[in-house]
Amino acid sequence: MATETNTIEQFADQEYKYGFITDIEADSTPAGLNEDIIRFISAKKQEPEWLLEWRLKSYRHWQKMEEPRWPNVKYPPIDYQAIVYYSAPKKKIELKDISEVDPELLRTYDKLGIPLREQEWLAGVAVDAVFDSVSVATTFKEKLRELGIVFCSFSEAVREYPDLVRKYLGSVVPANDNYFAALNSAVFSDGSFCFIPKGVRCPMELSTYFRINAADTGQFERTLIVAEEGSQVSYLEGCTAPMRDKNQLHAAVVELVALDNARIKYSTVQNWYPGDKEGRGGIYNFVTKRGKCAGVNSKISWTQVETGSAITWKYPSVLLIGDNSVGEFYSVAVVNNYQQADTGTKMTHIGKNTKSTIVSKGISAGHGQNSYRGLVEMKKNATNSRNYSQCDSLLLGDKCGAHTFPYIEVKNTSSKAEHEATTSKIGEDQIFYCKQRGLSTEDAVNMIVNGFCREVFHELPMEFAVEAQKLLGVSLEGSVG
Amino acid sequence: MSLLEVKNLHASVNGKEILHGINLQVNIGEVHAIMGPNGSGKSTLAGVLAGREAYIVTEGQVLYQGKNLLEMDPEERAREGVFLAFQYPVEIPGVNNSYFLKAALNAIRKHKGLEELDAIDFLSLLKQKTKLVDMNESFLNRPVNEGFSGGEKKRNEIFHMAVLEPTLAILDETDSGLDIDALKTVSEGVNKLRSKENATIIVTHYQRLLNYIVPDFVHVLVDGIIVKSGGKDLAIKLEELGYDWVREETVHAV
Repeated sequence: MATETNTIEQFADQEYKYGFITDIEADSTPAGLNEDIIRFISAKKQEPEWLLEWRLKSYRHWQKMEEPRWPNVKYPPIDYQAIVYYSAPKKKIELKDISEVDPELLRTYDKLGIPLREQEWLAGVAVDAVFDSVSVATTFKEKLRELGIVFCSFSEAVREYPDLVRKYLGSVVPANDNYFAALNSAVFSDGSFCFIPKGVRCPMELSTYFRINAADTGQFERTLIVAEEGSQVSYLEGCTAPMRDKNQLHAAVVELVALDNARIKYSTVQNWYPGDKEGRGGIYNFVTKRGKCAGVNSKISWTQVETGSAITWKYPSVLLIGDNSVGEFYSVAVVNNYQQADTGTKMTHIGKNTKSTIVSKGISAGHGQNSYRGLVEMKKNATNSRNYSQCDSLLLGDKCGAHTFPYIEVKNTSSKAEHEATTSKIGEDQIFYCKQRGLSTEDAVNMIVNGFCREVFHELPMEFAVEAQKLLGVSLEGSVG
Repeated sequence: MSLLEVKNLHASVNGKEILHGINLQVNIGEVHAIMGPNGSGKSTLAGVLAGREAYIVTEGQVLYQGKNLLEMDPEERAREGVFLAFQYPVEIPGVNNSYFLKAALNAIRKHKGLEELDAIDFLSLLKQKTKLVDMNESFLNRPVNEGFSGGEKKRNEIFHMAVLEPTLAILDETDSGLDIDALKTVSEGVNKLRSKENATIIVTHYQRLLNYIVPDFVHVLVDGIIVKSGGKDLAIKLEELGYDWVREETVHAV
């Protein structure tokens, strides 16, 4: 019989079985970044002059900025001149049928419950006419269009809705906000744009369509969501299926704007390549996500399940400007092997009677290092505001770490902020208890970890929650079997 | 063939031998009580039978239904019908009690080649079993043992036993921390589950539990060895005379 330590080590031993596929015949710029490269990107995308100017201005800001050193993560210096900033995918190498796909990959898709057709698509099999992702997407789009909802790629939005883009781009995350946001503003390739007009409640989770279309979005993704007065939208980003990606640095920017009485729910599942067991390779995920509750009674809610990437640096935040507005942040972050995560949120209370809730669940396994970093700020005029924060950490094994950096600044006397934090170790006794009832070690760990994350999964849209639970199982799956 | 046969069992914890050669035979349909003072090795014996990893068997043999029990993983033992009611039931935050039991029961059923129960069948089974141990149905939707009082945890153990229907149940100090009313309810539950198809080992320090669950056999464990075995009267005599009486008698016998 293995000892407990062994069991946990085996669990922490799960390998990312998919590796990379570099199959893109690129129409790309040479490596490196200068103003000509930015002009090239802008020209390729046939952008208006104002956008080129905006990019160039961002680039000039970026040159004067320094890469942040305060996150609790370690990585070798990034050579920004070695990165290729534009590369248009030409075509994929297509497999003839699903029998050519790595059976391990298919097994994972099955575990995640992804429909066969989508499995084929994700694995790069040539899909036949019956499953035409373009036409599926078009059907959804037409439905949404009837309601006046715009949901399209960022490039398309620049062409079709330049005024909307111009009005809101950079209005939440200014181009010079931080190092990575400035870089993104200069070179962003594409992303998504979503506009919900006054009083419209988006009738579907913006997901199915998205899963089929989002996989090719690049390294410097840009997302902008605007919800007008009284509108509502639930947006799902990412994919529980393992993503292959040859780009190491990802620096996305997401901006959300909620006007009076509007609600935006933004859910993310991130499962990018985390590097190998020794910590080689893996994605650096340096993302700026921020929402602005611009109007009264508006609400923005972030939910994230982060299991991938070698390094995660992201703080989905909310600016609570409108009176009575509400900000929420629910997070599960998993680190295994040598993964590092420095993630959390910023809730900036500016309007009166504003409320925010933070629930953060960090799971560390292997040599993983997980940090929660949060700032709750209540400005002078944000009277009668409330915040509740809860940060729980779960450790699997004894080589990993959990850290918490909560900052609270309250500048008026009528507001209240509460912070609770716990750290626990997945116990030998818990696993034994489950096994004594007939459950396998794998199921026991799964169940305990899922129980730990329950409050966050509860916030995810139903089908996504099921996928996220399964994903957690896959992420912590070991050679125990 | 005995259901359980323990032969010359030696076991140690952290390099220190606790059990010095236990012999015990349990047949189907029987209830055995193992009594002994603190530190005599009662819980160690229960732990070894359930497969606790910290307990290392250094010598001896345990046959369960003729098979080598010590070779089986804890979950395999559970699926083969060995159940341990924990002295200190463990909390599993966020995991709903009925969800947990459904996963456990279906793992056992799968092992036995039975069809897994669906949500509806399982729920009606649960409701029936809550009555057996007089448990409030609200406990079904609470996380496993989280925020339960000591008595509620013990009752929940017996509830798990009622649902999983083990062949061999080992109750480790199930009476500790129970007030008299809870003791009665828990005992009634155990008695209702008692049948010709199963066997029970009750590990206890006090005789009072045995007033409610009457054993067929009583064994006295002192310093890692069974020094005396007898019928239910032995328990009463122990209560009167204390464990020193057995100790002295053993010395005289040697």
